[in-house]
Amino acid sequence: MPDRVRVRTWAPPGHVRTPSYLRGKVGEIERTLGPFGNPEKLAYGLRAEPLALYRVRFRMGDVWGADAERPDDMLEAEIYAHWLEPV
Amino acid sequence: MSGLDGKRWHDMGGALAGPIPQDDHDFALWEKRVDALMILASGAGHFTVDGLRRALEDMGETAFETMSYYERWVAAINQNLLEQGVYSIAELGEKMEAVQARGDTYGEASNAG
Repeated sequence: MPDRVRVRTWAPPGHVRTPSYLRGKVGEIERTLGPFGNPEKLAYGLRAEPLALYRVRFRMGDVWGADAERPDDMLEAEIYAHWLEPV
Repeated sequence: MSGLDGKRWHDMGGALAGPIPQDDHDFALWEKRVDALMILASGAGHFTVDGLRRALEDMGETAFETMSYYERWVAAINQNLLEQGVYSIAELGEKMEAVQARGDTYGEASNAG
């Protein structure tokens, strides 16, 4: 996974582990975690393949636009591999 | 359940939260038992915290507003245990009837005798 990633803009119904406010946003990978079982399968009692989990760092100004009180502050979120695409 | 943007009711990040309640409170015995039930059921491999969250989300916004935290938890635990076949609807109905027959108070109903 490259350093800079974009969160996918998918919007499937069901148990989703990526907050909507980050969809389509670009951030930098801070570290790699896991692998952990895919929670979107575990949620339905299914066998879950191990997935890398990435801690991604976003600039507040990139997430909230003009509403960001401190646009240069950073927000970190942990997002599973299948929700990220290279920039 | 989902709007066209795929954002479901529980996906509240970024929404205005209003005032945050700061008062502390203790938990009732039955609430501690619900918490223990979750630990036991997940430890036994019946389901995971992901299944708990999924069932809570699927209960919808009305449940979030009308039921307490552990009322929602015990409903979500029950949903997962039914789905996993740990017990049947009939077994659950029979057990609830037997417990209710013990007495009207929580203390009476808690005594298996």
